[in-house]
Amino acid sequence: MTDDELIWRIAGGSGDGIASTSQNFAKALMRAGLHVFTHRHYPSRIRGGHTYTEVRVSADNVKSRGDGYNFLLALGDSFARNPQENAYYGNEEVKPLSENLDELNEGGVIVYDSGLLDTDDIPNFDERVEENGWHVYDIDLRTIAREHGREVMRNTAGVAVTCAIAGIEPEVIKSLMDDTMPEKIFEPNMAVFDDAYETVLEEYDADAPDVSVPEGEHDEEQVLISGSDAIAYGALDEGCRFIAGYPMTPWTEVFTIMSQNLPEVGGISEQVEDEIAAAALALGASHAGVKAMSGSSGGGFALMSEPLGLAEMTETPVVLVEAMRAGPSTGMPTKPEQADLEHVLYTSQGDSHRVVFAPSDAVEAYKQTRRAFQIAYEYQIPSIVLYDQKNGGELQNVPASVFDEEPNADLGSVITEEELVDAPHDPSGKYNRFQHDVEDGVSPRSIPGQKGGRYLATGNEHMPAGHIAEDPDNRVNQVDRRMEKMEAIRADLDADEETNTHYGPEEAEYGIMTFGSQQGTVEEAVDRLNDDGHSVKMLGVSEMAPYPVEEVTEFVESVDEVLVVEMNASAQFRGLTQKELGRYGEKLSSLLKYNGNPFEPAEIVDGFVTSIVEDGTLPGHETKFVPAASD
Amino acid sequence: MSAFSAIGEHAEHDRNEYTPGLEPQPTWCPGCGDFGVLKALKGAAAELGLSPEEMLVSTGIGCSGKLNSYFDSYGFHTIHGRSLPIARAAKLANPGLTVVAAGGDGDGYGIGGNHFMHTARENHDITYIVFNNEIFGLTKGQTSPTSPKGHKSKTQPHGSAKDPIRPLSMSLNAGASYVARTAAVNPNQAKDIIVEAIEHDGFSHVDFLTQCPTWNKDAKQYVPYIDVNESDDYEFDNTDRSEASEMMFETENVLHEGTVLTGRYYVDEDRPSYQQEKQRIGEIPEEPLAERYFDDDYEWERVYDTFLDKHK
Repeated sequence: MTDDELIWRIAGGSGDGIASTSQNFAKALMRAGLHVFTHRHYPSRIRGGHTYTEVRVSADNVKSRGDGYNFLLALGDSFARNPQENAYYGNEEVKPLSENLDELNEGGVIVYDSGLLDTDDIPNFDERVEENGWHVYDIDLRTIAREHGREVMRNTAGVAVTCAIAGIEPEVIKSLMDDTMPEKIFEPNMAVFDDAYETVLEEYDADAPDVSVPEGEHDEEQVLISGSDAIAYGALDEGCRFIAGYPMTPWTEVFTIMSQNLPEVGGISEQVEDEIAAAALALGASHAGVKAMSGSSGGGFALMSEPLGLAEMTETPVVLVEAMRAGPSTGMPTKPEQADLEHVLYTSQGDSHRVVFAPSDAVEAYKQTRRAFQIAYEYQIPSIVLYDQKNGGELQNVPASVFDEEPNADLGSVITEEELVDAPHDPSGKYNRFQHDVEDGVSPRSIPGQKGGRYLATGNEHMPAGHIAEDPDNRVNQVDRRMEKMEAIRADLDADEETNTHYGPEEAEYGIMTFGSQQGTVEEAVDRLNDDGHSVKMLGVSEMAPYPVEEVTEFVESVDEVLVVEMNASAQFRGLTQKELGRYGEKLSSLLKYNGNPFEPAEIVDGFVTSIVEDGTLPGHETKFVPAASD
Repeated sequence: MSAFSAIGEHAEHDRNEYTPGLEPQPTWCPGCGDFGVLKALKGAAAELGLSPEEMLVSTGIGCSGKLNSYFDSYGFHTIHGRSLPIARAAKLANPGLTVVAAGGDGDGYGIGGNHFMHTARENHDITYIVFNNEIFGLTKGQTSPTSPKGHKSKTQPHGSAKDPIRPLSMSLNAGASYVARTAAVNPNQAKDIIVEAIEHDGFSHVDFLTQCPTWNKDAKQYVPYIDVNESDDYEFDNTDRSEASEMMFETENVLHEGTVLTGRYYVDEDRPSYQQEKQRIGEIPEEPLAERYFDDDYEWERVYDTFLDKHK
């Protein structure tokens, strides 16, 4: 952690408005010229349960959660279960305070709602405070809230206390609340804010803690955006006007954003009976000439396996998104993991051929979702956008200009009625929609309703007009043609040269590879390692399929050793890399984490130093090192 | 101008126009009831003046799934049980299409039963023909969801312990607004019912009894059949939900006693289709969505102008 940043953690119970309060806090500071990045931790639970959101605030660009944090705002958990001695959950009432102490950095600030939390219930609280040099503010936020409004406004009181301690101008918060709240609620909230703010100034030394918010300024307009927002916006700017889905955490976010926005632009959203139907509806809409998508998380995506294969066989363009969460099975629904990589690459019977992108953050999510649509419709192939609970939900500021792009509603390789007149047909007048010898394996498709375009789409192997056939020559021809598309797509992606991310000094001695949501954290670790005198660079891969073999080979060849960082237990990304490259088993080792929490930068720094440089063992038990084959 | 000029042509069409030149002869067994469905569909399409290219026939897997191999129109031969979700999305994307879904009793009442229930509930404006032969034919004679209790097969060597599905009752309860049963041995009624089903605004379900002479030799050939709307022995109002329900219940009971009842069981012309309901709440555009992608003048909305302000 650097001295000039605030990492603010607001903790309470699930259902207490922690997420919305933190979102407003982050947006207010973004408007004040600062860079912000949020990290959510919440339970899979109906009501109550320990939840927090961290907002990391800095004058410079931030792209990861930090190491620990330095400011705790502990609110009560309105839905905590009664303390039970033998119950595994123990005393939930104090968890917003007690559960967050381990990660609070030395010299940090604790603000807690003394109206709801009693430090006597926390073992060794005073000793720990003294040992760590923490500054404690016990303020009865609940009473202040009740006095001027309603109890839920204790969140506002907590934010006001934060402002008073960290030196944030009240106006920064107030103007945002003014924008977002109806007047009836805004007025009492202001009274709560002022009272809480004054209480701190009156009762505490203003100069005590060394925690403050830095000054900052943006040189262009910013927006606060999540990966889920960005995926939806990428789809909308590609002319996607149809989505079908079934709720499942964390994919529900994309589905919700699309469902709320589509009617505004004359699109259709369908919430359907299950994920098999969801994927099949997306295929049906696309088949009939509309740009369409569906998606789910691991379990729901498993149900989409068969429609996914049908899309490959019938060459129906479709984009599916997969929001990973910790598995197997129901796993940990609200916790991130990157263990569905092999699932999306290989699920469904037969020789799979599909495109998979794994964006790292909101900007990549927007761009790569657009690319996924372009490839799907141009090459008549399913594209998958693979992300997770972490980068789907975390908010960050990005320049608004990232989205200042033209829409593209091109349906891709589609034939028109005029073109159909001279296009090849079979003797009975069916259009040869699956022609054998075509450039890049792409045979233009007709759309139902077009005159002269009728054909049969079928999951069976088929002849050029779609007739079901098992003739060996036709079979080989059709398989080769469908697979040829993957090579053409690979060439297209190579020409782009901007999807995967290279970071750090080009001549570095060591490499770190990662994919998806861990990339920003790895970048921060790479900076720190180089600052500490190590020589490290990063390759963040987004193109999971077709895999960028040349680019990765070049990277691996250029360094002595490579540490592969990913959030799963079976090193799936390292396995994919070795499979695609066909070698380097002796050069690639793994740093894994699968406890439900994403990496912190320091864990990657430590993991790299102890395992690669010092060849020792890891200090903690939260991450795991798997050595290369030669070690 | 529409990009889909086959839609709404309303020309004269001979029923033979729906026979694909490359595969004019089906591979169904001699005497199979599936021929009756094919014939009835061709007759209905010709009577309605439908161009093969304004029709999308979506099928599942099984002997019945081959329907669109032998019926010349746009076709989507999907996967087992999934003809309905594909069909209803195509209809949402382009309401101008005449969309017919078809599959067997295993396909529609078994593996795809969830889709059947929800498509009926939502009342999508499509027609669903279920080839009901009370057996799995393509996989060589296993007990199916409509096989009678006690039905013996290689996978049910001691006879099925399960009561069969009640397709008509299930359809009514789920919300279908047109429910009929016909039989392959009854070509005129079958054609008329399919005409009505296609013309109906909403989900029309036709349970089509198709005898399987190869794998279900013991079963009825569905003769003689009785039309419950014509016969003096049966008196009921098929626009009345509870009378329809009773008639369906009896029909399902007597089938296994050797009495084949057919006809229009339930017709609700007042219930708005799903498309109409969704348009009413502003969740479906006025113009067919599929047309927009061919309209060079359409100004596609930009996220930057439309949705970004709330993030600032």
